[in-house]
Amino acid sequence: MSEMTYRDALNLALKEEMRRDPSVVTWGEDVALYEGSFKVTRGLLAEFGEERVKDTPISENTIVGVSIGAAMGGLRPVAELMTVNFALLAMDQIVNHMAKIRSMFGGQTRLPMVVRAPGGGGSQLGAQHSQSLETYFMHCPGIHVAVPATPADARGLLKASIRDNNPVMFLEHELLYNSKGEVPDDTESLVPLGKAEVKREGKDVTIVAYSRMTILALQAAAELEKEGISCEVVDLRTLSPLDTETFIASVNKTGRAVVVEECWRAAGLGGHLASIIAEECFDRLLAPVRRVSGLDVPMPYSRKIEKLCIPQVETIAAAVRDVMSQKY
Amino acid sequence: MPESILATFTVKRLEIIAPDGTADESLVPDLSGDELRRIYYLLLLTRAFDGRALALQREGRIGTYPSVLGQEAAQVGSAFAIHERDWVFPSFREMGAHLTLGYPLHQLYQYWGGDERGLRTPDGMNIFPICVSVGTHIPHAAGAALAAKLRGDRIAVIAYFGDGGTSKGDFHEGFNLAGVMGLPTVFICQNNQWAISVPLSAQTASRSLAQKAVAYGFDGIQVDGNDVLAVYRATREALEKARGGGGPTFIECLTYRMSDHTTSDDASRYRSPEETEQWRERDPILRYERFLAKRGLWNEDYAAEMKGKAGGEIDEAVRRYESVPPPAPGEMFDFVSGELSARQQRQREEASP
Ligand SMILES: Cc1ncc(C[n+]2csc(CCOP(=O)(O)OP(=O)(O)O)c2C)c(N)n1
Ligand SMILES: [Mg+2]
Repeated sequence: MSEMTYRDALNLALKEEMRRDPSVVTWGEDVALYEGSFKVTRGLLAEFGEERVKDTPISENTIVGVSIGAAMGGLRPVAELMTVNFALLAMDQIVNHMAKIRSMFGGQTRLPMVVRAPGGGGSQLGAQHSQSLETYFMHCPGIHVAVPATPADARGLLKASIRDNNPVMFLEHELLYNSKGEVPDDTESLVPLGKAEVKREGKDVTIVAYSRMTILALQAAAELEKEGISCEVVDLRTLSPLDTETFIASVNKTGRAVVVEECWRAAGLGGHLASIIAEECFDRLLAPVRRVSGLDVPMPYSRKIEKLCIPQVETIAAAVRDVMSQKY
Repeated sequence: MPESILATFTVKRLEIIAPDGTADESLVPDLSGDELRRIYYLLLLTRAFDGRALALQREGRIGTYPSVLGQEAAQVGSAFAIHERDWVFPSFREMGAHLTLGYPLHQLYQYWGGDERGLRTPDGMNIFPICVSVGTHIPHAAGAALAAKLRGDRIAVIAYFGDGGTSKGDFHEGFNLAGVMGLPTVFICQNNQWAISVPLSAQTASRSLAQKAVAYGFDGIQVDGNDVLAVYRATREALEKARGGGGPTFIECLTYRMSDHTTSDDASRYRSPEETEQWRERDPILRYERFLAKRGLWNEDYAAEMKGKAGGEIDEAVRRYESVPPPAPGEMFDFVSGELSARQQRQREEASP
């Protein structure tokens, strides 16, 4: 194991996969010379050259569209969208084409491509640059959606995504890039898509989370332990495929669930998770499922009130206490 | 049948003031001495605004900020031709246009200070919110021009964007529609030759950006973006044409981004200091000073006086900006939609202390 940041873990995954397979290429806005807005592509141009590491014009729809064509043409593109907010400009390519081409062609083509996109709120970037759009992609069949929380998962999932023959939306959290963690040294250590992980075991209540929310949930769990509440934290790791078994088993054990999502509450993925828990764990539930989500507003620019719109350790802990005390 | 030539085209370039300040008199716009001096003041004010913004950012008193250094002439010159009733759709790097149009300075600081209330345009001013998404407001300008045309309102609608914006689908689609419908739009590109780390040559294989207009069926012109009078003249003609029903025009202002992309960037990582130095010699304010001096409208004392005046205006704007109380948490719900849902109302109450 080596300690590294989430950013370096992603960078390592890209390097390892590009070394392993010459068909892996990467492109996007400012990814080559500039090494990416968040420096995830550091050193790639120097090592792999202009053929495989390319700056594109500012054309998000085409960045995804070209990746689709290139994937059908035998490459394994890893496209970077500067932020997930610009994925909205590529939504037609993502939803109408990337997600469907394989099935509409009766499986005659594969789409081994990854679209990497940093996102999430909390960096004071205003309403159009702070969104958590994971539900948008998760909603659409035909797209894998990866949402790693830790450096090890970031590396393992990105490697698995690059090797996968289906398109993957790979959603990185901007506030996690500098976070550190242990990463296995074995270059063949992958994290499979569609496998959640129990990041902390507990017996009283299950917190289901993903991406940065997992980190906050773990912090909340540590706080709550001091109050005698034992939380199990399930990190989904991918939203699509969604590993329902792991959290269903956990809720069946604890009898209580809090689901945490960074996105807006209306039609957010927390509602989907809560409905699965209601369907599968009804007999075992000791309390209604509680959702913790972002507020239903465009993200305010002001740093102070921005915080109020995003779940915090304290809001997660408060939801757990409510569930434990039967106060809803 | 033999091959024949279907179309050829030419692209005009306009430059009025030479770097030494001499001008082609036949092209100098008919502006009074006061107006010429007003333009000078606006250039100084823009530079002072910008310099102070950079200083405030370093002190943590505003957030990430995109400098307009070097682009003052392209912004002031174009905005000086805009009438009060025209509509303007800016991108994020046109603070000089805002200042010229009379947008309150303190609100610009407020916006870049992380408070979107700074975008609430004062009554009677037709300036739309700063568009940080690249190029996405080009169709909005076409739509506003369509509405003006249908209303029978003889105004022009202006969209500002950068060279990077010309790579967007929105650019193609907005231009195409404006051309097809003959809309009263004036598209102004600040070609500062960089889009973050990507140089113009990696953005387009076109010889100029101006020529792209030809394919959409309207005029495109490249102007020396560091020549304030050339920018003014081209914009005024395009606006008059638009207001008179002559359809859209595309103006490419060839200029240079002297600063980093924003305060979060370090341009020395991807471009040479020599390149930037070369452009320093083409400084738009210096050139205009030489022009004014030749007409007896400028000397060192006058410059010092005007710089002092601009500095005073900026001091006042900063003072006003910093005396505005921060938004209350509940305010974020104010304009989310006509009526809040019960859940939003509850969220609002919970967010309010
Ligand atoms: C749709 C979209 N894609 C990407 C970005 C990120 N971004 C912000 S500014 C910029 C470069 C813009 O270059 P240009 O249009 O030349 O304007 P300039 O910054 O030079 O004024 C990019 C890529 C964005 N804001 N919006
Ligand atoms: Mg530019």
